[in-house]
Amino acid sequence: MAEAYIFDAVRTPRGKGKVDGSLHQVQPITLLTTLLGAIKERNHIEDTSVIDDVITGVVSPVGEQGAVIARTAVLEAGFSDTITGTQMNRFCASGLESFNTAAAHVKAGMYDMVIAGGVESMSRVPMGSDGGALFTSPEIVAKHKVVPQGISADLIATLYGFSREEADKFAVESQKRAAAARKSGKFNKSIIAIKDILGNVILDFDEFIREETTMETLAQLKPSFEMMGQMGGLNALALQRYPQLEKINHIHHAGNSSGIVDGAALLLIGSKEAGERLGLKPRAKVHSWATVGADPTIMLTAPAPSTKKLLKRNGMNISDIDLFEVNEAFAVVPMLYMQELGVDHSQVNVNGGSIALGHPLGATGAIILGTLLDELERQDKNLGLATLCVGGGMGVSTIIERV
Amino acid sequence: MIKYSVENGIATLSWNMEGPMNVMNDQSMEAFRENMLKAINDSSVKGIIIASEKDTFFAGADLKWLEHSLNHPLPVKEQFAKQTQLNTMFRTFETCGKPIAAAINGHALGGGYEITLMSHYRVAINNPKTQIGLPEAKIGLFPGAGGTQRLPRLIGIEAATPFLLEGKAVAPAEALKMGLIHELADNKEDMLAKCRKWIEANPKAMQPWDTEKKGKVIYNDAYKIPGGNIQSPKIVMMLTPGTALMMDKTKGNYPAQLAIMKCLYEGLQVTIEEGLLIEARYFTQLMQRPEPRGMIRTLFLAMGEANKGVARPKNVPPSNIQKVGVLGAGLMGAGIAYVTALAGMQVVLKDVSIEAAEKGKDYSRDLLKKSMSKGKMTPEKAEGILNLIKTTDQVADLAGCDYIIEAVFENRDLKYKVTQETEAVLAPTAVFGSNTSTLPITGLAEASVRPENFIGIHFFSPVDKMPLVEVIMGKKTNDYALALTIDYILKIRKTPIVVNDSRGFYTSRCFGTYTMEGLEMLAEGVAPALIEHAGEMAGMPVGALDVADAVAIDLAYKVLSQTYKDNGLTLEEAEKAGKMSKGELVVKLFVEKLGRFGKKNKAGYYEYPEGGKKYLWPGLAELYPVKKEQPTAEYLKKRFLHRQAIEAVRCLEEGVLNSPTDGDVGSILAWGFPPYTGGIFSYIDMVGVATFVKELDEFTAQYGDRFKATDRLREMAKNGETFFGVKKEEAVLA
Repeated sequence: MAEAYIFDAVRTPRGKGKVDGSLHQVQPITLLTTLLGAIKERNHIEDTSVIDDVITGVVSPVGEQGAVIARTAVLEAGFSDTITGTQMNRFCASGLESFNTAAAHVKAGMYDMVIAGGVESMSRVPMGSDGGALFTSPEIVAKHKVVPQGISADLIATLYGFSREEADKFAVESQKRAAAARKSGKFNKSIIAIKDILGNVILDFDEFIREETTMETLAQLKPSFEMMGQMGGLNALALQRYPQLEKINHIHHAGNSSGIVDGAALLLIGSKEAGERLGLKPRAKVHSWATVGADPTIMLTAPAPSTKKLLKRNGMNISDIDLFEVNEAFAVVPMLYMQELGVDHSQVNVNGGSIALGHPLGATGAIILGTLLDELERQDKNLGLATLCVGGGMGVSTIIERV
Repeated sequence: MIKYSVENGIATLSWNMEGPMNVMNDQSMEAFRENMLKAINDSSVKGIIIASEKDTFFAGADLKWLEHSLNHPLPVKEQFAKQTQLNTMFRTFETCGKPIAAAINGHALGGGYEITLMSHYRVAINNPKTQIGLPEAKIGLFPGAGGTQRLPRLIGIEAATPFLLEGKAVAPAEALKMGLIHELADNKEDMLAKCRKWIEANPKAMQPWDTEKKGKVIYNDAYKIPGGNIQSPKIVMMLTPGTALMMDKTKGNYPAQLAIMKCLYEGLQVTIEEGLLIEARYFTQLMQRPEPRGMIRTLFLAMGEANKGVARPKNVPPSNIQKVGVLGAGLMGAGIAYVTALAGMQVVLKDVSIEAAEKGKDYSRDLLKKSMSKGKMTPEKAEGILNLIKTTDQVADLAGCDYIIEAVFENRDLKYKVTQETEAVLAPTAVFGSNTSTLPITGLAEASVRPENFIGIHFFSPVDKMPLVEVIMGKKTNDYALALTIDYILKIRKTPIVVNDSRGFYTSRCFGTYTMEGLEMLAEGVAPALIEHAGEMAGMPVGALDVADAVAIDLAYKVLSQTYKDNGLTLEEAEKAGKMSKGELVVKLFVEKLGRFGKKNKAGYYEYPEGGKKYLWPGLAELYPVKKEQPTAEYLKKRFLHRQAIEAVRCLEEGVLNSPTDGDVGSILAWGFPPYTGGIFSYIDMVGVATFVKELDEFTAQYGDRFKATDRLREMAKNGETFFGVKKEEAVLA
């Protein structure tokens, strides 16, 4: 089978996903066209028709993110109209799923060059805008005990005994690392500034980071899902699946959960030959990936099993991996991952994660893969693994290898 | 059945069925169809009024007919055809173009209100006693004549859910406010005049969700449900928590509630014709389930009979109890005094001192104060009720009482003493009832000079809230005493069941198995939270450890000691001889060594922090380390329910219970055996007797003889018999 290589990785800065966020005024299509333009320019692709397809993850593909935004972006970016576009949804891992799918096409020899990533403008198309039977149908909610993910995260904390203090400590560290990375320019290699039509910069840095975060400031925050869980019968529904627990301990709040932000990311993936034709130097090889499902009520526990499945299939050990990106959907997600796999925090999310930087749902998978690649190069390490927990109780892990 | 008349071009269909009320059944719907078509097809008729000749408008489904159809379910295809036919008929009427008005002169419930929902205009006489609503959900069903589709389209999804999911009903004034009806009337003439006036003013009428196209009334695809359609952001936001709340309340044990949610979710996204089809499908499916069958049998029919005094001996002439003596003004006595005075009887509340008796009367004062603050009672009426309660410390004041209820401590010698001193001042016609929960009545009656007038009258705590009274016949108790006791219980508006004498009678004995099984699980190393949740998920009102705390562990200890003592053993001896079960040893340990008596001393299986929420006592984990391998909640649910049910079977076979029906009613009303089962014997039918026996055998092998099936049960299983004469294959849904 052919190999798939990563030639480039770009992303937008992450803007606060609210009306006062800098990217609120920017259309999601613009986030994508900006990145497409950057890929073309950075890689000196004169004739874009060498690209077969553009695959973007979008979790709420409705409104202005609907109608196959990838194809819309191809046209709007001035790329060749021979390039197709498609959109993918694996909830929070959509960006990584798009990447894996692109790599699969290349490995199968069906595509030569493909662009994959994702976009989510959460300030403009709010989370949940796409409804879905999983969250609305009484039949499904009742039978599968589907609860909002914040309650699932608190359920993990209760079941595995993570305290609020531990989660807050993790969050403070995420902020510290993200702030340091931003300050030292570690993100500059991949970040493409978003500009207005006059060429003025609207945003060129990750604006969600709260550098001043301490244990004390976090201690002020009220648990976000306690009221929701108790008033709405949602805790009770979750406990019908986990009756061995007396109650749910609500430890997550705005400060130790991922931030709601706007953002996009794209990667350029292709075969060795296609890269050579364009005179591109591969930065890494797509090593392997795996997906796995788990209980939908607790929902967010599948990253570790997906990694285990992947390592087992590859005949690898966890110690073979040099660096990890584990999406910080909630503090307990990476905490549980590290505990289950025996990985030290010094190897995980070394530049902070979604708690500090934000989690633009459809894009995050592609963002953390890019961050991982940049860091592998910086530390001159070989193997990196990116993983995310996924709504509906799924997990995805992908390993990349520097070449 | 329906009186048909035409006046000034307006046809009036006035319901007047044989029997006390207008009800929905096959015959009445056929008559309705014929009369409606007659009016619709008569070109001289310009409008239709649907009315009633009786005091009430229409009471809903004929529950006897419904029970029959549940016991002899039609094949799915036929049931569905029947539902569809009904829904199509109503739809034809509401789209006929002629204005249809409903004249609601009294109760319009269930199918009755659904008839008015199919009408275009609803006028109700403003009588606060009239109930308008859809009570089907209370008996395990849902409105299956278009109610799940029309009411939310009329008043909005959020507003309709209490009516649909909880069986809410309201008085006309409230119904007007909520949009359930259009107009109030002062009396019958006014109501009919308003109907006529509306018809005259609206020669053509259709439902708000309909529109007219080329002269035909059709569904309006663009219809906006008040408050938002299903996929509107507001309603979408409510769907997950709405389902979660329903699941929290029902634990998934009540299929009707989930079916209602599905009817709303699916039916309101399509045309009303399709919505009615969806409703018919779910209703047909529900009719195949055992839950509504058991709930109707017990909660409606059996309870109705019990409340009419079916257990009262017919040979005793009606009594007229005027004055009741209550011995002992503790929690039970105080409650009994309250409900007795509330029913208009004089009460002599006696205790060892006036202060103690007055303290008991304070209970009534407090409850009446609460009623007044809620506006449910006038100060004059409350005063009148309080004046009925005379407190005393003198036996002599009990003279002239028609009925005595003894509610002193559970101490045999004390009970002997008060029996004898009281009887000395009573007329020979007075009946003496003992509110003991555990001591055998025949033994207590030995103290009496008139053991034939001595009876057990077992109330539950809190007396003012608990609906059941368990009547216990001693060996010598006669029909006269029983008749008076039932007369009294009906007077205080409670439901009687009559059982025969035995330790713990029926209710305490079976209820005790629930808490004891929880303690057995605890001692085995089942996670305490799992024990509690499994009990709740089985449908019990609270967890076994929780209720054990509420009842008090030291009380359980006293009963336990007395039981062993009656067998000639102290607890020490019983323990040494290995006779005590693991669960009983838990009780012994908690009382003797730990001093944890339950909620009363804020330390039991739970901790009760000041001003905080109670939580399971962490010390449990040290005493009974949680096993690594835990059973599933499903398994524990079955274990809890089977354990109670086999005890009830023993009560029936030993003659403590007179019938499975009494067992069903008592189980739900006394200790909250899950209502969805229809009661403890209906539960066995629901499980299937053969399956029940097989599972009991498995439990016996695992946990011992307390689960052992009786020979009679095995015989029933072999013969395919059931407790309620429904064939097994019908009772159990695959």
